[in-house]
Amino acid sequence: MLQLFLLLAAGLFSIGLYGALSQQSIVMIMMGLELMLNGVIVAAGAFWHYLAPASSAGQVIVVAVVVAMAVEMAMGFAVVTAIFRARDVDMADMASDLKR
Amino acid sequence: MTTAVFWVLAPLAAASGFMVFRFGSMARATIALLVSFLASGGLLIVLGLAYLGTVVILMMVMEMVIMAVFMIAYMMNPAGLMPMAMFHNKRASLAISLTVFALLAAGIFVTRWPRRAGTAPRDPTFRLGEALMGPQMLTMVTLGVTLLATMVGAVVLATHRGRYDRFGDDLKRRPPTDPARGGVGR
Repeated sequence: MLQLFLLLAAGLFSIGLYGALSQQSIVMIMMGLELMLNGVIVAAGAFWHYLAPASSAGQVIVVAVVVAMAVEMAMGFAVVTAIFRARDVDMADMASDLKR
Repeated sequence: MTTAVFWVLAPLAAASGFMVFRFGSMARATIALLVSFLASGGLLIVLGLAYLGTVVILMMVMEMVIMAVFMIAYMMNPAGLMPMAMFHNKRASLAISLTVFALLAAGIFVTRWPRRAGTAPRDPTFRLGEALMGPQMLTMVTLGVTLLATMVGAVVLATHRGRYDRFGDDLKRRPPTDPARGGVGR
């Protein structure tokens, strides 16, 4: 059963990775990142339940990933707001200043 | 019980996650992402993490509501009245994500996982709180400071630029771009 849960986590992570790499809209890229973190949450929960339920380390990892999700969302939208204010940009392709 | 719920929620989580990038409207994509998170939260509850599963569900509902607001604010076509396809590098992205999935799946089935050590506590939420207020205090403090820094940083980034913005990003623009030039002959 652990393998099935981890397979689901790997699937969610890969789908999110596809979205983060292939989308142009910054909002959609953030959705991809959220899905990747969703996979990590499922994997951490499964590890806790099937490998080390007596330890609380698995639960702490889930808490840390939930915080990472909140941080990603807040900073992502703040950056989108800043760049949209400055240049009317909401697409990743239009914000390629760091490309050489 | 766990197996039966898994076979209901796991395909739902994966399928709705996949549909996020297939739907032609941002509104549907947001709802699909929410369904995926609700299913994952349900799986956490089935695994015995009732508190964390509920936190994930509540947080994701709120997050998707916020996302909907931003979607309406920034997207030219939030309702999906016109087909939306905003991809770049689609083939390479697909190849990379499929390769990552294959590698992860291979690792999952090749690894010899250890046996279950110990039994689940009667109240996992109590144990989590105990850990966060005890041996994992440093983790808790780090997470708290990170959230505070995020709040400050997000507000600074999102607020309107002040009077120094007219000097440009490096504050070297001369003359500054004032909305109304002063002096005689303006």
